[in-house]
Amino acid sequence: MSLFARIRLVTFVLLMLGIVAAPVCGQKLGPDGAPNPDASVVNQRTLLEQAPRVEGRIDIPDVKASVLMQPAGRTWEYFHEVLLHWGGAIVILGMGALLALAYLILGRIRIAAGRSGQKVLRFRAFERFSHWLTAASFVILGLTGLNITFGKILLMPIVGPEIFSDVSQIAKYLHNFTSFAFMIGLVLIMVIFFRDNLPARVDVEWVKQGGGFTESRHAPAGRFNLGEKMVYWLSVTAGLALSVSGFMLLFPFYRTNVADIQLAQVAHAVIAVLFIALILAHIYIGTLGMEGAFEAMGTGEVDLNWAREHHDHWLAEGLGRETNRGAPAE
Amino acid sequence: MARMKFLCDADRCIDCNACVTACKSENEVPWGINRRRVVTINDGKPGERSVSMACMHCTDAPCATVCPVQCIYPTDDGIVLHNKDQCIGCGYCFYACPFGAPQYPQVGNFGTRGKMDKCTYCAGGGGSESPGSPEEYKKYGSNRFGEGKLPLCAEMCSTKSLLAGDGDIIAQLYEERVNKRGYGSGAWGWETAYHEDVKT
Repeated sequence: MSLFARIRLVTFVLLMLGIVAAPVCGQKLGPDGAPNPDASVVNQRTLLEQAPRVEGRIDIPDVKASVLMQPAGRTWEYFHEVLLHWGGAIVILGMGALLALAYLILGRIRIAAGRSGQKVLRFRAFERFSHWLTAASFVILGLTGLNITFGKILLMPIVGPEIFSDVSQIAKYLHNFTSFAFMIGLVLIMVIFFRDNLPARVDVEWVKQGGGFTESRHAPAGRFNLGEKMVYWLSVTAGLALSVSGFMLLFPFYRTNVADIQLAQVAHAVIAVLFIALILAHIYIGTLGMEGAFEAMGTGEVDLNWAREHHDHWLAEGLGRETNRGAPAE
Repeated sequence: MARMKFLCDADRCIDCNACVTACKSENEVPWGINRRRVVTINDGKPGERSVSMACMHCTDAPCATVCPVQCIYPTDDGIVLHNKDQCIGCGYCFYACPFGAPQYPQVGNFGTRGKMDKCTYCAGGGGSESPGSPEEYKKYGSNRFGEGKLPLCAEMCSTKSLLAGDGDIIAQLYEERVNKRGYGSGAWGWETAYHEDVKT
């Protein structure tokens, strides 16, 4: 036998042995000698270490039902019932306390020179409409949103479970449908006020002068001061984030899974709480905190001295324009 | 008092869906609502297992905690029931549920959900309807539990894979099985649902 033939024979024998022996070696046997069907099975602990959810195949068309287990539900429960309740209460009540403190220390910021009796147009009717469309829908969305989080703690003990359930049912529909009015208002505000909210050099000076919160110092500003610009940019950002996350919640399981929705709800709630705090401050400075400020969005016209003290650059530009047009300035 | 639980012995489940059919038939569940379903893990691969899953009637049920109108509650037997008259269909219980149990009929635009529906352990409803009444049956389905019977899904399981009843007893049954046959893939969902596992 040649060397080559011998190698061939040995290889063949080894191969045959391998084919016969492989299944025997690969199989663990049960205590009764039967093949162990548990040999390669994965248990839930292993599966949950590999992925946050256990998913499989189902016989029904409901895709979301293919998730067998998602322990993250308990995590979301912890966020919703503990973190959100405490965090939300602290942020909103904290802002209320802060504003009360501001009122006690600073008081109402008066028009230093007194009212001139002369009016300057600050916001046109369409600008005011856009503002109030957003504002009104914000209040509805804010209250109905707070109801679904805090209602069972604050309102339910007072009105009882039946009435509270009816109120919450209406609140749910209000929240779902008012969102569209809010989004329209948000886009309008975004577009109309965009140019005047771009950063300007005068903003630095405004900060140096303490934002005009101390009556002895004059803080110069264009149409919007840096504080207003911050309200604009934060509101636009928060509004867009709320719209996106809100849409995800409005169309559940449309290209999203349960983890996406949990995340969307967390984002929606956290941003909404911060947004409410921001708007509380906005409401304060626009009404109680400053004399002559509310009429800007109320009638649209502000007192000349108010404009001179808070938005001198804007006033100068506006008067300049009017003079150019040939209209009398005074 | 007995603490009612479900336990699915996945090494016995053959994905026959008899439990699903039994549930739908017994409770006259509407189209699109699945109180119970069978999920197959590792389908077509070695170690494939099917698990029948419905509401596990959790300890410290997360659905009950997150419900904004507090219409979900556990009974003395540990069965988690809910009151459909109070439910506002917000969907929070589905987000919190580790087992995807809550179901909602779609009733309007923008994903507007109707009243939540889920496994009641065949124990009727958690509303004001009197137990065993036609009104209760219409809203929540069967009240076998009130007649001293266990849920029909488990009763009809062809391989006795799905076990229902006192948690201690079914856990013991499962442990005996595992000891005898020498293997078991565990009590699916128990750790998450009841904060405890079976001893195997």
